[in-house]
Amino acid sequence: MSVPVRRRTAAVVGGVAAALLLAACGSSSSSSGTSGSPAASNTDPACADYAAYGSHPGTTVSLFTSILPPEQQKYETAWKQFESCTGITVKYEGSNSFESQLPTRVAGGNAPDIALIPQPGLLAQMVKTGAVKAPPQAVSDNVDKYWNPQWKTYGTVNGTFYAAPNSANMKSFVWYSPSLFKAKGYTVPTTWDQLWTLSDKMAADGIKPWCGGVGSGTATGWLATDWLEETVLRQSGGDVYDKWISHDIKFDSPEITKAMDTLAGWMKNDKYVNAGIGNVASIATTTFQNGGKPILDSKCGMYQQASFYAAQWPSFKASVKIAADGDVFAFYLPSIDPSKKAVEGGGEFVAAFADRPEVQSFQTFLSSPLYADIKVKEGGWVSANNGVPLTDYTDDISKLSAQYLTDPNALFRFDASDLMPAAVGSGAEWTQLTAWFAENKPTKDVLDAIDAAWPSS
Amino acid sequence: MSVETGGLTAKLEEAVVAAPDHGGMSTALRRNLSSPWASALVIFITILWTIPTFGLLVTSLRPAADANSTGWWTAFTNPNFTLSNYSEVLNGGNTIPGGIAPYFINSFVISIPAALIPLTLALMAAYALAWVPFRYSTAVFLAIFALQVVPLQMALLPLLQMFNKGWTIGNIPIIPPIKDTPLHLLAASGGANFAPLWIAHTMFALPLAIFLLHNFISQLPKDLFEAARVDGASHFLIFRKLVLPLSVPAIASFAIFQFLWVWNDLLVGLTFAGGTADVAPITVYLSNIQGTYGAALHLTTAGAFIAILVPLAVFFALQRFFVRGLLAGSVKG
Repeated sequence: MSVPVRRRTAAVVGGVAAALLLAACGSSSSSSGTSGSPAASNTDPACADYAAYGSHPGTTVSLFTSILPPEQQKYETAWKQFESCTGITVKYEGSNSFESQLPTRVAGGNAPDIALIPQPGLLAQMVKTGAVKAPPQAVSDNVDKYWNPQWKTYGTVNGTFYAAPNSANMKSFVWYSPSLFKAKGYTVPTTWDQLWTLSDKMAADGIKPWCGGVGSGTATGWLATDWLEETVLRQSGGDVYDKWISHDIKFDSPEITKAMDTLAGWMKNDKYVNAGIGNVASIATTTFQNGGKPILDSKCGMYQQASFYAAQWPSFKASVKIAADGDVFAFYLPSIDPSKKAVEGGGEFVAAFADRPEVQSFQTFLSSPLYADIKVKEGGWVSANNGVPLTDYTDDISKLSAQYLTDPNALFRFDASDLMPAAVGSGAEWTQLTAWFAENKPTKDVLDAIDAAWPSS
Repeated sequence: MSVETGGLTAKLEEAVVAAPDHGGMSTALRRNLSSPWASALVIFITILWTIPTFGLLVTSLRPAADANSTGWWTAFTNPNFTLSNYSEVLNGGNTIPGGIAPYFINSFVISIPAALIPLTLALMAAYALAWVPFRYSTAVFLAIFALQVVPLQMALLPLLQMFNKGWTIGNIPIIPPIKDTPLHLLAASGGANFAPLWIAHTMFALPLAIFLLHNFISQLPKDLFEAARVDGASHFLIFRKLVLPLSVPAIASFAIFQFLWVWNDLLVGLTFAGGTADVAPITVYLSNIQGTYGAALHLTTAGAFIAILVPLAVFFALQRFFVRGLLAGSVKG
């Protein structure tokens, strides 16, 4: 439980300098941090890059996130230099009940200074409470400059920009085994049609082409929503996708029904699934973590799953090599219309619940290419910030993800279920799609049930 | 509260059933319980109930790759055991920041006062309700007892608001926020404070504590109190010289229960303390070392077995009080 007395004292003491610094942060990144107190650390040459973030000795910024160890240490390393140059201490707190804890703490008057929110829907809910503070202009400028414009809309609520993106993950990937492909003479498909030709060919060779699992504890079914979203975005395009999110296009509409039919011919196809695991219904009972395991055993051809699945492979085989010539790798799930490169992604957004100068300084840092570049070089982390050179990525899968996420011509869309109301996006859609796999519930009933769960207001 | 009450009720029943030497049990029941069939059934159920815990123990001894890819029972056909999970949880390692030690200490700092404070208050309240005649004392007792039906989850948010913002009616402050009270002096260097946890646990424990202790204290022989009063003893003296020594079994059993409940609590700890090493209890640490995608099963199980040591030690050391105190407090004679 943080007691804000100390913070308040610190804020009063540093009041004048703080106001000046705020202006410094706000104007542009070119202004040096001379308005801050003349801390010795600022003369350190390693701090030259951090001058814009000012000097706030003795201050603390609390950060609340759903990201837990071992990723936590990488984050803490990424802003170590920032901490020593600005004098700010960042207090990291991760929780795997983040989504329920954050609203409780905000309502209870115990909000963290900064939260990394993975769902734009949750961000909007937090903005509604009035507790989220708009970021300084520098953050907005950074996002305009370095991100695909689509990203900014996800951090914007009712026309006001609140939160810059943090990490990004690339959802439009298909995991496969390069060694199996090589042994069988398969080539990575680059068009939608090739993907199905390849699937049929694998099936004819006696290898079931697709495996998967949507189990994820209380979140069982989320992966199925990704499959549906990928299909909708490819078949019907961005406009339909956006209207689907706002429920101007219902689940029980020709477009979504068509996508469900396509998905039925893909992940509910007896000839295609569930390779190395069981029948179609086993998709509902297999965890998403274990869904791709048969690929390593050459029992399964492909698994449609996001870039972060890379973290899962070493738990099956410690020495796994994730590369185009390794044990496993991923290719881009091809678009139907080759001129529109459909890319679905997810990520977290940096929302601030305080506007003290040190919080704004840290918030600005998190939106900078400087931070993203340090974080990227640590590996296993992708930013859609195009200020990071692709060559700085240390692993192939992150590099490939970034290549698609930073592509200014891509038809980029955020995970739709994270944007829909929670009753649907993390409720009915999960459970109904799970029933679709587990009980073979008719498509029409599934779609109607999801529509019925849409909140009326 | 519902969880606690449910657990307690179950334990009460267990304790009653498991105490064949108690005079209140009917001989028929005793005979039935000691038949070989009943023994076999009890052994079977015990084994069945122990299997999951045993599985956790085996998992905690397996290397990460094994634990994540195959079931624990395969460890017997393909034995591959290691203590590295324990050393990683104790010392910190590649995948987790810092060891379990600070959280272990936090859990003690939370649990001991959170058991002693409600115990003290409840003892005094129970005595007053049982032996100090005043108007509406039965109504007060019933009202306190009825508070048990309030689910803990419902009180989390209002309590959190009260701790952080205080409570005012109109413009009149009724309860100040913790930062404006002397309690903020208890805060650690990072501003973290255990006080909200102690207060919250005390509040949630009091109704049941008063109920249990009242039942026990009200059953003490009336003659003792009358004799003491004839000799001119004050309420305080009676409380100190009569009630406290005679209530030791009930005191001990409630203290154990409350300590274990607080030790194992995650929800209250997570809500009022957060997840930083300054104040977070061991349960929060356990839930966090699972990792973002819940993949670190080998570490969680090892951590759980370290955390389990304390409840086990407490239980075995004070087992004697456990059964006796509960029976004494619960079975009306």
